[in-house]
Amino acid sequence: MPVDDSAKGKTFPAHEYEVGREKIREFAHAVSEDNPVYFDRQAAKDAGFRDVPAPPMFAVVYSAGAMRPAILDPEVGINFMAMVHGGQEFVWGEPVCSGDTISTTAVVKDISERGGMGFYVFESVSTNSDGQEVVRATWTNIVRGG
Amino acid sequence: MNEGDSIPELKVTPDKYLPHRYAGASGDFNPIHVDPELAREVGLPGNILHGLYSMAQVARANTAAAGGDPRSLKRLEVQFRGMGVPEQEITVSGTVKEVKEGRVVVETVAEQGGKRIIRNAEAELEPR
Repeated sequence: MPVDDSAKGKTFPAHEYEVGREKIREFAHAVSEDNPVYFDRQAAKDAGFRDVPAPPMFAVVYSAGAMRPAILDPEVGINFMAMVHGGQEFVWGEPVCSGDTISTTAVVKDISERGGMGFYVFESVSTNSDGQEVVRATWTNIVRGG
Repeated sequence: MNEGDSIPELKVTPDKYLPHRYAGASGDFNPIHVDPELAREVGLPGNILHGLYSMAQVARANTAAAGGDPRSLKRLEVQFRGMGVPEQEITVSGTVKEVKEGRVVVETVAEQGGKRIIRNAEAELEPR
């Protein structure tokens, strides 16, 4: 069954996320980060951060609000029961710290078919309130059976 | 860090309830990660780790190799293959592939129980 690629290029509204210190602490704990900069404001300031920084993979947290509607979009048409997360890329820019408001937009970058599987590739770009890019991400979801 | 160097291995054993804590921390409550019965019904051995949790361990190993500063990690690309499970040790290892103008490229892999759960991982670091 050929994959419907008509949603290719579709963009989704920007989603804003306000970064909080306790959420950073919770996330850092869940992924076994132990660098004191994630837990202690003074340690963060001593290391040159404005406030407690988010671990790099915290990008997942502030991107989720933009990515979820994109992946769930009926026009994109992903069959969730057959979906696996195939690949992921993050390119980090300006560090994200507690107190930042991060805005993320998502776009359907590509929909294609290889070997009977559907490849759904999304790109998201996250910026801080000064307009600096903090993360550019590529999310690849693979759907068995197209 | 020079071409051909190995980065220090990172070992971590996610406990039984880790997928639940990561679900809460990340907001991803897909039942295959938090509901062992449902996971078995769809043919999995039980509830499985979030791929992005395993990717976070690859990020941690690379950041540590660059000296520990989170600003050192500039890029990370991974492919998820197989599946990670709780209560079994994960080992992240890597080799420096290229050093160019202060930027270090590391090829990384995450293994669990002899299987690669993350492969073709490439990190770009700027040690500080």
